[in-house]
Amino acid sequence: MALSGLDIYKLLPKTNCRQCGLATCLAFAMQLAKKALPIEKCPFVSAEAKDILEAQALPPIKPVILGTNEFRFELGNETVMFRHEEKFRNPTGVGFIIDDSLTDDEIILRLEKINQLKFERVGQLLAVNLVALKQNADGARFLQAAAILLKHTALPLMLISNDPAVLKQAAYLLKDRKPLLYSANRQNLKSLGELAKELDLPLVVSGQNIDQVSQLTQELNACGVKDLILDTGIKPLADKIWDLTQIRRQALKKLNRSLGYPVLAIVDQADPYQEAMEAAAYISKYAGIVLIKGLEAWEALSILTLRQNIYTDPQKPLQIDPKLYAIGTVNPSSPVLVTTNFSLSYYTVLGEVESSKVPAYILSVDTQGMSVLTAWAAEKFNAEAITKALTVSGVKETVGHKNLVIPGYVAMISGDLEDQSGFKIVVGPKEAAGLPAFLKNLH
Amino acid sequence: METQLVLEKWPGSISVVTIGAKTAEGGSRSQTVQIGGQTALPLMFKEGVMPNRPKIAFEIWDIAPVDFEQELMTAYGRAINDPFTWAQVCVDEFKADLICLKMQGTHPDFGDRSPQEAAKFVSKFLNQIKVPLIITGSGDNAKDNLVLPACSEAAKGERCLIGSAVQDNYKTLVASVLADGHSIIAESPIDINIAKQLNILISDMGLSLERIVIDPTIGALGYGLEYAYSIMERARLAALSGDKTLACPFICFVGQEAWRVKEAKADGRQGIAWETLTATSLIQSGADILVMRHPKAAENVLWYTDGLFRGQ
Repeated sequence: MALSGLDIYKLLPKTNCRQCGLATCLAFAMQLAKKALPIEKCPFVSAEAKDILEAQALPPIKPVILGTNEFRFELGNETVMFRHEEKFRNPTGVGFIIDDSLTDDEIILRLEKINQLKFERVGQLLAVNLVALKQNADGARFLQAAAILLKHTALPLMLISNDPAVLKQAAYLLKDRKPLLYSANRQNLKSLGELAKELDLPLVVSGQNIDQVSQLTQELNACGVKDLILDTGIKPLADKIWDLTQIRRQALKKLNRSLGYPVLAIVDQADPYQEAMEAAAYISKYAGIVLIKGLEAWEALSILTLRQNIYTDPQKPLQIDPKLYAIGTVNPSSPVLVTTNFSLSYYTVLGEVESSKVPAYILSVDTQGMSVLTAWAAEKFNAEAITKALTVSGVKETVGHKNLVIPGYVAMISGDLEDQSGFKIVVGPKEAAGLPAFLKNLH
Repeated sequence: METQLVLEKWPGSISVVTIGAKTAEGGSRSQTVQIGGQTALPLMFKEGVMPNRPKIAFEIWDIAPVDFEQELMTAYGRAINDPFTWAQVCVDEFKADLICLKMQGTHPDFGDRSPQEAAKFVSKFLNQIKVPLIITGSGDNAKDNLVLPACSEAAKGERCLIGSAVQDNYKTLVASVLADGHSIIAESPIDINIAKQLNILISDMGLSLERIVIDPTIGALGYGLEYAYSIMERARLAALSGDKTLACPFICFVGQEAWRVKEAKADGRQGIAWETLTATSLIQSGADILVMRHPKAAENVLWYTDGLFRGQ
């Protein structure tokens, strides 16, 4: 909860000295609450008050960065409970647990599969984020396996071990990659806290419940360990969703700093469908990192697509550049299809045109990211807008015919559009799925 | 120090809708199904009651399906060619709580069956299949206005859920549903204001809000899922805050949307995952009935709701 002007006023000297440029301390407090002036404008403010106000300005959920290279990613820094309130900012990091009890070859094979889990959807690259090595065998094996990770993947790394001494050796081995350490608990708090500080590494804090985790983060914070990630353990789905929701509420609604960190959720299901469902549940409900084991491409794609949906900015639909796109080996007699610049519309049409193998032009009209019917209703995909796009995009100079295919859902604008643009309008199918058959029969 | 939990208490609750009527209630169903009744946000079990878990309705057509993916055809085998066998398999093998019967064969492009034929079909269906029934039209507004009243009458007293009423075509269906003792699906195009408006229009005709189930119109995973997800969250927040005109359960037509998309068609397991995650994500935003197609996806979702509601 943000401090009000009156709350801030109570922290000020209340002398109305006017050094800040305002007539009264109360007026200054109001400006501070609006973040319109910095606290430094007051020369007499106490150090304590300054600390409180500065802490107040920090984000309620601390941003933490994992990794060092081009694959590094930020988590945390979220500001809302529901995506419609603003948006969810930092997409959940999706990571994979690898057991060190596997053979070298098996580990390498898994890493190669993980490295290839990349998909392009609606113009965005969907990729996985993290590899976590879990100790099951002796310490020497853990270090061997860690060395394999170092060599065979560029993704951010995480180390999971119950033995602080082994964890320390592995952390030193990977220190340039800034691995995430798993995990500090009541017993090893001191040694892991020191290790994290020594190497400046992010650290997972584990407890069985919110209270335990909150207690541990306060102690670690007091020792100067700042980059923390919370974990309340593996538990039934409903309990886990409750923990995730409660931690988010504590951070946002109560500004509870001891729980103002990203949260990690480990999925422990052998069946890939069950694993996907649970991972998806945590992505929707606030997890900063989700760890799974399954490496099937179909499972990863469905999980990453859900993440893409949930983390799309609701105020700004995914859009593409509104212009004329040439698909395949086009020539001046290739057909021209018109659609919106809403990514989903464009890429759906694109996919069908490609699969039809008929070279064609797609004219993407600037509808500010609205879909066909929404844009038509908002008069951004009507005869005027399309006529303008035909001119601006250079269609007339590019093709040698005057035929234009419009989506079946806006068949009603045919007459107007024909009059205004001078093009002959051909009404296409309502659904993009009908395009291959339609294009093949066009001539 | 113990953390003081942030607990939310809501003045409102979601209405309970019962589907199906047993013999004693004037119908012939083997059981009834209740949905709704929540007094807190989805899955927040510690903040209120969730008396009814989300239910799966298997989508069945009155004709052999025309454009189903091979993966779906294989899952049902030959049974899919006969609606009665198809439905029986769903009840016996896949433990369907509900059947959603789509009268596709009445569509002008899919056989153009007459309202009389449709009514006869519904009577026969009710005779053979004993679980509670959802009946939907073929999507052709003009034809649905003739077919659905006939189906409604044929199912009089069975307390079906019938749809869909839309903003510019609801009066005929509301009148039938009202006369024959059913409940209604109110469909709005991913728009919370239209959903609210339509519910008001329907209740103004005398069909109480407790007999309305909202179809918010959903998109599949990767195809606008997030729009429905957020609309449903917003509607639930409004309903729990006390807006009775939005306090109706949700029905989501998951199967038809999921199996339309490229990713589902590309690979069988991916298709099942697509339908599964579309359903489970919508359960998180408040879905009460999931109309599904693939038995494996339905089995997955059943596992998910069993896990969530265990011990509740």
